[in-house]
Amino acid sequence: MSSQGFKSGVWEQEINVRDFVLKNITPYEGDDSFLVGPSAKTQKLWDVCKEALKEERENNGVREIDTKTVSMIASFGAGYIDQENETIVGLQTDKLLKRAMKPYGGFKVVQKAVSEHGLEIDPVVTEAFSKYCKTHNDGVFDAYTDEIRKFRSLGFLTGLPDNYARGRIIGDYRRVALYGINRLIEGKKADLEGITGPMTDHTIRLREEVAEQIRALGEMIKMGAAYGLDLSRPAETGREAVQWTYMAYLAAVKEQDGAAMSLGSVSSFLDIYLKRDIDNGVITEEIAQEYIDQFVMKLRMVRHLRMEAYDQIFAGDPTWVTESIGGMLADGRSKVTQTSFRFLQTLYNLGPSPEPNITILWSDKLPQGFKDYCAKVSIDTSSIQYENDDLMRENRCSDDYGIACCVSFQELGKHIQFFGARTNLAKTLLLALNGGRCENTGTLMVEGIAPLEGDVLDYDAVVANFKIAMKQVARVYNESMNIIHYMHDKYYYEKAQMSLIDTNPRINIAYGIAGLSIVADSLSAIKHAKVTPVRNEEGLTTDFKIEGEFPKYGNDDDRVDFIARDVVEHFNNDLKELRVYKDAEATMSVLTITSNVSYGKKTGATPDGRAAGIPFAPGANPMHGRDTHGAIASLNSVSKINYKDSQDGVSNTFSIVPKSLGATEGERVNNLVFALDGYFGKNAHHLNVNVLNRETLMDAMERPEEYPQLTIRVSGYAVNFVRLSKEQQMEVLTRSFHDKM
Amino acid sequence: MESKPLNVHSIESFGTQDGPGIRMVVFLQGCNIRCKYCQNADTISLEGGTLTPIDDLVKRAVNMKPYFKNIGGVTVSGGEPLLQADALIPFFKALNAEGINTNVDTNGTVTTEAAKKIISEVSDLVMFDVKHTTVEGFEALVKARGLKKVIENIELREQSGKPYWLRYVLVPGITDSDESLEWLAQTFGNNKHLDRLEILPFHKLGEHKWEMLGEKYELQDQEENTQENLDRVEAYLSKTFKNLVIK
Repeated sequence: MSSQGFKSGVWEQEINVRDFVLKNITPYEGDDSFLVGPSAKTQKLWDVCKEALKEERENNGVREIDTKTVSMIASFGAGYIDQENETIVGLQTDKLLKRAMKPYGGFKVVQKAVSEHGLEIDPVVTEAFSKYCKTHNDGVFDAYTDEIRKFRSLGFLTGLPDNYARGRIIGDYRRVALYGINRLIEGKKADLEGITGPMTDHTIRLREEVAEQIRALGEMIKMGAAYGLDLSRPAETGREAVQWTYMAYLAAVKEQDGAAMSLGSVSSFLDIYLKRDIDNGVITEEIAQEYIDQFVMKLRMVRHLRMEAYDQIFAGDPTWVTESIGGMLADGRSKVTQTSFRFLQTLYNLGPSPEPNITILWSDKLPQGFKDYCAKVSIDTSSIQYENDDLMRENRCSDDYGIACCVSFQELGKHIQFFGARTNLAKTLLLALNGGRCENTGTLMVEGIAPLEGDVLDYDAVVANFKIAMKQVARVYNESMNIIHYMHDKYYYEKAQMSLIDTNPRINIAYGIAGLSIVADSLSAIKHAKVTPVRNEEGLTTDFKIEGEFPKYGNDDDRVDFIARDVVEHFNNDLKELRVYKDAEATMSVLTITSNVSYGKKTGATPDGRAAGIPFAPGANPMHGRDTHGAIASLNSVSKINYKDSQDGVSNTFSIVPKSLGATEGERVNNLVFALDGYFGKNAHHLNVNVLNRETLMDAMERPEEYPQLTIRVSGYAVNFVRLSKEQQMEVLTRSFHDKM
Repeated sequence: MESKPLNVHSIESFGTQDGPGIRMVVFLQGCNIRCKYCQNADTISLEGGTLTPIDDLVKRAVNMKPYFKNIGGVTVSGGEPLLQADALIPFFKALNAEGINTNVDTNGTVTTEAAKKIISEVSDLVMFDVKHTTVEGFEALVKARGLKKVIENIELREQSGKPYWLRYVLVPGITDSDESLEWLAQTFGNNKHLDRLEILPFHKLGEHKWEMLGEKYELQDQEENTQENLDRVEAYLSKTFKNLVIK
């Protein structure tokens, strides 16, 4: 027994949260009947937040900006929503929904964001970042080659984290609660002592990084002290465990504004403390739920300062506070606890919300009561997503992981990711048809691609050219990534998050592709029908004449589904051959976020019959309206993409009208559970579930004020529907809503 | 021996309305009656459809097995599926051999030997769509005779001891009289193997399909059910039918 009454283990000798969880977790096999509603304090607090959110919406999406302070871990004093009702405290700045400047990612971006809201940055800050401080963005553009710039500006590579923070790294925020910061500092100091000569680039850099981490831990203690909290010691109560964990996360989102700032997997860790306190009669279920409601409320209030153009790639102001819930332990026990339920319950107590981005780690073996509750929450709120725990646990060899950003595995405290945005594979295919030239501008992108002979496209000739194009696009993509991550480490190192991760962790580089369904259908058309390009006077393709039928991705038809599968495998292998900065291991995702709209705009007509400018399908989804055999056939097509070739994730978004899920509430729950068991039983990776009527969305477009909390899952995250642009709302509406009866 | 192919109109892989669990619903082409409210008017004609080898359909169903668990399966609907009963027998046997549950959604008016064999023996579940409760009403609504055959076929299934469902489309002023409800209760209320009665409130979702076919949709001005009416029907029928579902 530890001094706090926990079961002993190696976690007492070394920093090892997993061992603590393993020794002390109490899996919960029951149903949702123990859950309670929000406390009076929580309700009062949430009313204040709702008012602030309304103000934010009315003020062009931003309530307030601090234009004087450069946000660091401890640069703001304490901030409260309504102190007397706050059980869990802490804000990013001194005021609710006030956004802060984090200029180390790129100063121009901060300037633009501030000026778009009619404000001006304090001259002292402007002088510092114009004259003295260099940023990540400056560094990247110093090193970018002309070739990378060309690929970037013409839309072959888009959304690269070269003018915003890369995010994706998940600190093991539980460490602060379990160990207290003093112990973590000791550990890092010992690590630093052990990093000795010869002084290679690697060693020098690592010494500097660990020194930065130690400094960040010191700052975290200061940040806590501003709220009267002593983070230097371990948390001693359930409330402190929640509070300490949140403070650790808060340090990260004060210092960094990465696109995705995931939380990890904290619910069942916190359950150990909450259960102990409930069992000892120290707190009641109402109080335990209050802690979680208030913690989640805080997570919903996380904000970053973004410029308007950012909305093109990440629409709806997302923060990706991704919390992963559920899953199984390697020893066969489930990780579902009562606090897993309590986290989901916040979607009722506070209403639906896109954040935190709740991700259920699904296993066939999860307790039935939990499966049913998840399905019910999905049907009622459309706010959660699902990932295949069996697949990830077995392939990635860990049962203690979080989801970085949308869909990506990351072992907690052991493993980080370099975010890689994505490349446009549909445009890459067009290079194959245009002698290596951009279909829009005629610019020569890739040398060595011979013009195609004859009018009708020949499958083998196209595939041969496509392979040349993919190899070269992969090379340029890799070069850009190496520059970006080198510079991010140099100018905007994530010292707070990295201080909560083992020194020198394993790294994945997270490449991505967009346009998979278009590529698959295009190649299928070329193979099974007769496709003749229409070319302009420069010989560039502007349209395609298709004669005859061809199988389309999304109908459980191997003739085309295997094309999609093989393209993923091929491009992933091209990427794997290339050396990455810090020897990161290459992984790839089939994920678009919301950039499927902007990618579509930049891509000319494609041989599948898609006209120029039309949005792509999101993630690995089949193209809208082409999946004519119903939802399961569509899911089955996506499930054929091998996880081993896309270990950063295969995103699929499933939208269905409530009635199509079943005649009664019970049947709807059962059928959704069957669908999830079935889909993941086929080794599929990820599923967003929306249960919504199209009419609701149309009404929300007309009367947004009536739908402040209407939440919809897009590609790996969720958004408030009313915060999407009209264009993006329309795109969501044109997607396949499975509505057969 | 090569099995006869089925003439398929379309496939819905996520069927949740036509039998228990998640089902692959195969809509067959061609019907022997013309219900005024038909929501799949494009399946009525015996022309058209795609001749599909049974092996292809079985393969599709096998791909869906993880979704079925021990509840879902394959439902054959239409059109009137029992018009192709000859080809359905080997199809259902092949599905059973793969451990997949079978269900046929029929209007109950087909009395060929093969159709009777499916009803009494081959299909794991049968859903009979009872169109009307009087001979005159039946013939006016579906433009064909057959209520007697429907009753005989239901009795055949009841005698076989295997489970079946009944479905009844509730059209205000046409099928919802007190007499109709009473007839349903009296005729089927004591049947031991009737697992569920589904009341399907009339809706006009199929109207556009008639328009597309250039044919007249006769129920254009027909009113839909009020909640009050549905409550009345539920209150009455639930006294007799244990598993009553109003959809």
